[in-house]
Amino acid sequence: MNPHNKSIEELKEIAAQVRRDIVRMVHAVNSGHPGGSLGCTDYFVSLYFRVMNYKPSPFNMDGEGEDLFFLSNGHISPVWYSVLARAGFFEVKELATFRKINSRLQGHPATEEGLEGIRVASGSLGQGLSVAVGAAQTKKLNKDNNLVYVLMGDGELGEGQVWEAAMYAAHNKVDNLIATVDRNYQQIDGGTEEVLSLGDLRAKFEAFGWHVLEADGNNFELLLPALEDAKRATGNGKPVMILMDTEMGFGVDFMMGSHKWHGVAPNDEQLEIALQQLAVQQASDY
Amino acid sequence: MKEFKYTEKKDTRSGFGAGLLELGRTNENVVALCADLTGSLKMDAFEKEFPERFFQVGIAEANMMGLAAGMTIGGKIPFTGTFANFSTGRVYDQIRQSIAYSGKNVKICASHAGLTLGEDGATHQILEDVGMMKMLPHMTVINPCDFNQTKAATIAIAEHEGPVYLRFGRPAVPNFTPADQKFEIGKAVMLNEGTDVTILATGHLVWKAIEAGHKLAEKGINAEIINIHTIKPLDDEAILASVGKTKCVVTAEEHQLNGGLGDSVAQLLGRNLPTPLEMIGVNDSFGESGTPDQLMEKYGLSTDNIVAAAERVISRK
Repeated sequence: MNPHNKSIEELKEIAAQVRRDIVRMVHAVNSGHPGGSLGCTDYFVSLYFRVMNYKPSPFNMDGEGEDLFFLSNGHISPVWYSVLARAGFFEVKELATFRKINSRLQGHPATEEGLEGIRVASGSLGQGLSVAVGAAQTKKLNKDNNLVYVLMGDGELGEGQVWEAAMYAAHNKVDNLIATVDRNYQQIDGGTEEVLSLGDLRAKFEAFGWHVLEADGNNFELLLPALEDAKRATGNGKPVMILMDTEMGFGVDFMMGSHKWHGVAPNDEQLEIALQQLAVQQASDY
Repeated sequence: MKEFKYTEKKDTRSGFGAGLLELGRTNENVVALCADLTGSLKMDAFEKEFPERFFQVGIAEANMMGLAAGMTIGGKIPFTGTFANFSTGRVYDQIRQSIAYSGKNVKICASHAGLTLGEDGATHQILEDVGMMKMLPHMTVINPCDFNQTKAATIAIAEHEGPVYLRFGRPAVPNFTPADQKFEIGKAVMLNEGTDVTILATGHLVWKAIEAGHKLAEKGINAEIINIHTIKPLDDEAILASVGKTKCVVTAEEHQLNGGLGDSVAQLLGRNLPTPLEMIGVNDSFGESGTPDQLMEKYGLSTDNIVAAAERVISRK
């Protein structure tokens, strides 16, 4: 059972709020990764406000009896922190400490400072799928029927460990796992197909033995049914992969679709424009 | 010099296998992962008796470390097994981020460490693993000396909450420590009390230190010999007490001088009790193919090397 279970209209409002949090957080410290964060906002909001079964408080590291979520591409921490705070894991005002000294909101997600909602550090890419597969196998050993979710970036698929884990998960029929690739076709140095072409990811993951779905990651009307399809596909002897099309920077026109906003913060003027586009609701902002 | 008796020589990796099997029977949360070296790591008995808790990962060590980190979430205690080289250097970043920095309760169990791996040569003879592992915050580093101690250490680390690097090896070595010993992490073991020189040894070098102690006794030198099975956390108190008495020290290990036990002892003494120190270990070089004995001789890790180092350090007092 999801603790919020919001309607699509409510999810849209929450997503706008989360996007405002993201641009404000990266602006405040003039660093961080807004592009992928904005692109994956609707996915995070869907999971935490509609799809996943979990309890935000008190946070339980072992997560028994709950769905688990892992973020492999840890650099999009702003969206995760905002969603965790808005979902009730910690106070929203703590978002103001992002990337500052003595904060629990490290540049990349970490467990060291005890931030609720985070179960493993990520940032060095390619490790999250292995961790998620391990957690899913423990759920099976514990006869816990809940699911494990993991998000990866598409550029991250250059890491060989991802394919080790993909092979292992299929071989071992880890079918309580829903992995998602944020297919925004962008990485730091340019387009994914220019830097190191990923080609036909559906064919690749199918060849590795996965059940593959595709989804539009920036449209709740399409994304929510896709996530439900993915849930229904679990328990059938194959790990489940969602290839999720998103647009980097979604919601802020001048950030959309360009790798240039992967890891660059907006200046004061750009922040104002972004906030206007994201329908500012000052009362709720931190 | 105290006498140490043994009835047989046994490999430390078999001590690990025996300890793991016992853990399987006594702790249902213990799970084991192996990267295609089940026989070499002596994990086959565990696999046979507990197939549902054994995970064959294939030749994919990075994935193995990530899987192990993930398996801790939900209360399992994963023991990973492969050669020391592939347990550390190959997967340093995975251990650093997903295990050590994430504070995960993973036991990284590493066989065939050091020169005594023998004929396979330098590609497999890792001599830097202790250094890499001890530099990681939260990591405990253990290098037991014989079969019985490796078995006891394997059982003990399951009770310790946090990541552990457990290092052991391939060759059969004298099995002289008590079968019923209680292994205390971070607690040095006094083997022989002496007054003239302190010898701090770890792993396979412990027995050689005992042999050196006998040779030194014949020369009228009374050596204090301490088994440092835990390199991190180091038993500062035991070492400072001994060195305070003998006023000189020799360290002995099957590892690079850089980053090993001797390096840790030098830091401890430099800060607290500057003392003449000699270090037995590999001096900034790779190994090569050969028999274990030939290699230990060629790279200066023999009993006679320890004797000579002890005489040298005594002359520097």
